[in-house]
Amino acid sequence: MPVKVRVPTPLRRFTGGTDEVPAAGESVRAVIEDLEKRHPGMRERLLDDKGELRRFVNIYLNGDDIRFLNQLNSQVKDGDDISIVPAIAGGE
Amino acid sequence: MSYVTNLKCRECGQEYPIKPLHVCEDCFGPLEVSYDYAKIRAAVSRAAIAARPHNLWRYRELLPVDGEPEAGPFSGFTPLLPARRLGAELGLKKLYIKDDTVNHPTLSYKDRVVSVAITKARDFGFSTVSCASTGNLATAVAAHAARAGLKSVIFMPEGVEAGKIVGSSIYGARVITIRGNYDDVNRLCSEIADKYGWGFVNINLRPYYTEGAKTFGFEVAEQLGWKLPNHIVLPTAGGTILPKVAKAFKELKEVGLVHGGEFKIHCAQAAGAAPVIHALHKNTDLITPVKPDTIAKSIAIGNPADGFYVLRAVRESGGWGEMASDPEIIDAIKLLARTEGIFAEPAGGTTLAVTLKLIAAGRIKADESVVVSITGNGYKTLEAVANSIEPPLVIEARLKDFDAIYESLGDGKRSLKGVA
Repeated sequence: MPVKVRVPTPLRRFTGGTDEVPAAGESVRAVIEDLEKRHPGMRERLLDDKGELRRFVNIYLNGDDIRFLNQLNSQVKDGDDISIVPAIAGGE
Repeated sequence: MSYVTNLKCRECGQEYPIKPLHVCEDCFGPLEVSYDYAKIRAAVSRAAIAARPHNLWRYRELLPVDGEPEAGPFSGFTPLLPARRLGAELGLKKLYIKDDTVNHPTLSYKDRVVSVAITKARDFGFSTVSCASTGNLATAVAAHAARAGLKSVIFMPEGVEAGKIVGSSIYGARVITIRGNYDDVNRLCSEIADKYGWGFVNINLRPYYTEGAKTFGFEVAEQLGWKLPNHIVLPTAGGTILPKVAKAFKELKEVGLVHGGEFKIHCAQAAGAAPVIHALHKNTDLITPVKPDTIAKSIAIGNPADGFYVLRAVRESGGWGEMASDPEIIDAIKLLARTEGIFAEPAGGTTLAVTLKLIAAGRIKADESVVVSITGNGYKTLEAVANSIEPPLVIEARLKDFDAIYESLGDGKRSLKGVA
């Protein structure tokens, strides 16, 4: 299930500076595991020690916040877009 | 002279230099400005502050700027009104309205945060500034950017009030509306800020921007005679102002401008966008985002960046929070206007409506001092109440037409003082 993953600046040191990388997996969690294989160090930045999404990370699947879908178990299809976005932004 | 030491991650403590950065590279936590409080303590005094101009920069030692700030020469230092008529209706003896409906130049608390953000944008050398906004921030960025000679590009969700679109475009800002809600706009802007080199006041300039919100709290304390109120009620959307007012009160104690005094800080949200209140009432730290649906568009945020810190500040202070329905918000706007002559936007109606609930629940007592925070002006959001007012009477320009309605007007008495 190849998908495109947009990588924010704080994580680009793991991707050699690239802002978009391919990954594969049938769920968001599986995609994160695949990212970890390709770019070691990524998982720890995204998930806490219980394996849950960190408080200050938002992940969007085709533009939808995965917390409105099935969280990390949200199903991923071929060609989907995943965006990793720092949660800290905004203020009316 | 600057009293700023560095940026520090609120979560893991990692330190960063004073640059346009807002997210910790290690844990994604928010970066916050750190100060040398011992140095500030030695430098500030009530008398020195009292002698300064009536603007937010009178607290400059506690703001992240070097040298003379150029933005916001008349921003801040808004009235703290003793609200006697409203207090009598609510059964409170010491009720105050902190009235940012008259902040200069764009009539909301955003003139504070943007004054700091634009000053820093110039320091960092940005030529274009931008923001994701529900409207009040938009107008503030557009106006302050114009005066600073910067270009501005403003992103808002579709469906914001006309006053906020016109009130941004008029300053020469390029306005882009996004098909989606504020949370969609915010996500897009995070990605744009990451890709293009603009100064987004509430993204990469956010650590500086949010510090400006402290001035709301500094002023309340100074205007109460360097005392903290027993209670302060604040609206919550993205969650900027409430934790920063709590921080302001703590800093005033830290640097010796206020001696002691406990305060309770309370959070107000509109029922259609109340993720923080839901978490507070469920006694959890986990804020589940919602899709916002309320007339209080300026606080219609379903995924608040600083919601976690709002919860923490409320709980630490022993405060509480409630939410208000759209009809309750409108009633409260009318109550404030009718009793105190202040026309608030729906965020202000939300704050007052929630104050009523806190009083009814016994959380605020009759003899305690209470500050209700009104952060935006109702003239910008006429749509919200246009159908809730008594429509004008229409008559011909003939005295007998007026005679026919006279008895229904005023107090019914002929009281023409000075007329024989």
